[in-house]
Amino acid sequence: MSNLWPRIEPLLAKVEKPARYIGMERGAQSPGHGPGTLAWLLLYPDTYEIGLPNQGLQILYEILNERDDTVAERSYAPWRDLEALMRASGTPLFSVDTHRSAADFDILAFNLSAELIATNLLNLVDLAGVPVRNEDRKPDHPLVIAGGHCAFNPEPLADYVDAFVIGDGEEVVGEVSEVVGAWKRGGRARREAVLRDLATIPGVYVPALYDVEYDGAGIAAVTPRFADVPALVDKRTIADLDAWPYPKQQLVPLIEVVHDRLNVEVFRGCTRGCRFCQAGMITRPVRERSADTVRTMVSEGLRRSGYDEVALTSLSTADFSGIERVVADLVSDQDGTGGVSVSLPSLRVDAFTVGIASEIQKVRRTGLTFAPEAGSWRLRQVINKLVLEADLYAAVDAAFSQGWRRVKLYFLTGLPTEMDADTLGIAELAQQCAAIGRQHTKQASVTVSVGGFVPKAHTPFQWFGQNGVDELVRKVGLLRSELRANRAVQLKWHDPAASFVEGLLSRGDRRVGRVVERVWRSGGTFQEWSEHFSLDRWLDACAAEGLDPEWFTTRHRDEREVLPWDHITAGLHKDFLWQDWQSALAEHGLPDCRWTPCYDCGVCTDYALEHVVASPVAPAGGSQGTGQDLSRGGEMPIRFLATKPISATAGVSA
Amino acid sequence: MRSTAAHPARLHYRKHGKVRFLGHRDVARNLERAFRIARLPLAFSEGFHPHPKISFGLALTTGFESDAEYLDVEFTEAFDLHALPAVLRAALPDGLDVVAAVWLDDGAPALQEAVSSVVWEVEVVGADDQPADPCALARAVADALAAPTIECTKVRKGRSHTDDIRPCIRRIVIVSPDSGRGPVLELELTSSGVKPAEVVSAIGPFAVARGRRTHQYIERDGVRHSPLHVDVRAPIAEAIAS
Repeated sequence: MSNLWPRIEPLLAKVEKPARYIGMERGAQSPGHGPGTLAWLLLYPDTYEIGLPNQGLQILYEILNERDDTVAERSYAPWRDLEALMRASGTPLFSVDTHRSAADFDILAFNLSAELIATNLLNLVDLAGVPVRNEDRKPDHPLVIAGGHCAFNPEPLADYVDAFVIGDGEEVVGEVSEVVGAWKRGGRARREAVLRDLATIPGVYVPALYDVEYDGAGIAAVTPRFADVPALVDKRTIADLDAWPYPKQQLVPLIEVVHDRLNVEVFRGCTRGCRFCQAGMITRPVRERSADTVRTMVSEGLRRSGYDEVALTSLSTADFSGIERVVADLVSDQDGTGGVSVSLPSLRVDAFTVGIASEIQKVRRTGLTFAPEAGSWRLRQVINKLVLEADLYAAVDAAFSQGWRRVKLYFLTGLPTEMDADTLGIAELAQQCAAIGRQHTKQASVTVSVGGFVPKAHTPFQWFGQNGVDELVRKVGLLRSELRANRAVQLKWHDPAASFVEGLLSRGDRRVGRVVERVWRSGGTFQEWSEHFSLDRWLDACAAEGLDPEWFTTRHRDEREVLPWDHITAGLHKDFLWQDWQSALAEHGLPDCRWTPCYDCGVCTDYALEHVVASPVAPAGGSQGTGQDLSRGGEMPIRFLATKPISATAGVSA
Repeated sequence: MRSTAAHPARLHYRKHGKVRFLGHRDVARNLERAFRIARLPLAFSEGFHPHPKISFGLALTTGFESDAEYLDVEFTEAFDLHALPAVLRAALPDGLDVVAAVWLDDGAPALQEAVSSVVWEVEVVGADDQPADPCALARAVADALAAPTIECTKVRKGRSHTDDIRPCIRRIVIVSPDSGRGPVLELELTSSGVKPAEVVSAIGPFAVARGRRTHQYIERDGVRHSPLHVDVRAPIAEAIAS
């Protein structure tokens, strides 16, 4: 039973892209299993192409395979064609490394990077032959564990996942392995026994050990059922990224996947303080890798993998203290073998950043992406994305003047306090950017990507009632009619109905779990995929469970409300978050605390950590993060007005 | 036009086991990456998007294995090609194995045009996915070879075309009555115009369960040669590994 390949192979002849199920990537391992070894199956509950590049999963894969007492393999969601053949032939979920049955592993560990993959988690547990509800599992079933950013509100999956791991996984996987390994060696007696032990590990949340009391529609209290179970589960944070230079052998897939390149994380955490951004809030403090470690990881990685592209990843890579040195090295290392291209996936909006980009992208200057996020300076102060219009225009001008022909701009709509003038500001900025571009090239084009804002747990916007589907549709409509005539601007938008369901899951409580289960049972898998997403499925499931989805999504919360994730903490004090929410409503920005005095969000002081940065001085360029130029915001540079008046101004002057 | 520094080579590789599920483009990507990992002196094209000068031969159906895949590649300097299979083994996935390489004459015609016929071995099943009846298959093969024309309907760009594929068939032999999955046919077909699965379903109610390319031939003056034996600078030392 250990190798399912003979049963899988005939099925693969009948499915699309069969190579996503064969494994064999460069860097893949074929670990030996044994009774004394704890076996982890690491799962990404979406397709192989989406899941393979996930760095968190790859980091844990290496760490667990380096240990003497653990092995790790990987699995991804089989596409619907293979799933149908697997169910028809009674073939269970398998690992791609050695094609071992998922139920033969001790732990099924899921990465939760997006809300809508929740139904796929249930589907994979079921395909493994394991009961989907944690209360139905027996001692011989694998433990179901989940981590990743969505684990910061674990409640919608609380009845389906045995234990959540909150925060950085590098250290805690070892502690979990020791607890579960001891239980395995002891003959896997009662499941409660191992769950009780897991709950004593800092950063581990075992939902079955907590009682949730409701008070009408809301929550009265979430209380641990035993004295040794923590009332508040703290996230895990690794202090020194240089001590964990993983992945050392990034997997090189045999087929094309997303982010198909070498990825080197240059720092974790972010202090920009953008109020909508969950990643920035929950990963504090900033921990940089040293420039030397980054250079080693880049050169070793390129040599090993054969990739000709490397991405320096983080939440804002231009802020990396070592950026200039690392880039200079990469440029001088070009050895005539066709060259290596470098990408900076999250560019800061300023000319300095474009300068860095132009230094490293000597040849393939196709497109650059900036994220101003909101259409007016007022609203950017509300969300604390302190990008001045002058910064954006300077960045765009630099990009077009240095040979780029396409600029992509990311925006959110449905933000707190947003009015139509703010929404229309998106169109205005885009048209100005296109006008700047046309001064340099007739082919200039600007792509505007608009997503409906979904408030997330552990952010200052966790109290905000998000815009409903109709309101988001209306706002997208405003932008469509405003931009229709401008052929240099292309508008793209995220499905407002998907944003609504993401909101239901991002701030839902334990009761929403039954909605997820109903959607899964009705066939609602791959909800991240527009061709399979169905709002009606979710609305029907809510109705069947007697839940009002608007209550979870579009309702504003007040300060006293018990939030479903209040017993989980990312270190941010709730009163800091509330205060920041009030500052947002008052349109006050908050400077970047790397370069200005600490405003005590709670993270560094409570965890006795500090930001790990090589340089305590703000990098050159722009106003960002310092908050020094706040008063200048909103000014329109004169020369743009002279060449291409914006419509509103033209109306006034006429 | 080749620069004087060009050193064109032809590589023979095999595709066996799990990697048979890799598509043609993916095989190409993996080989290119292996050349990079092995730090071979690849020649690159000029321009804004330099790419290595590699030309892959005839595409192989995804899911088929092969003993006989070829590619042509240009290097910027000459080196000992005997070491190449071992050097590339460490950089390629299991089952994708380079077995031999030769230096080519300058101006050797491209593989895609030069290869004239291909030999296939296919395991044949009936319409019910069960092993085909060897007697029925033998009759169908005899009838097909005796027929002046064989009609084959294919869908191209959404429209169906009916072609006579008889001129594409050089030879069909049953080489084994049963492989476990079905009788095994050996087919020698022209390098373009028809695929083995199309031939098998055109001669009767049959389908291919598994297939393997066993040979590719370049024909010169009526004689069939291995692609490693024509247009080469020096006679080949054929593969060590099997």
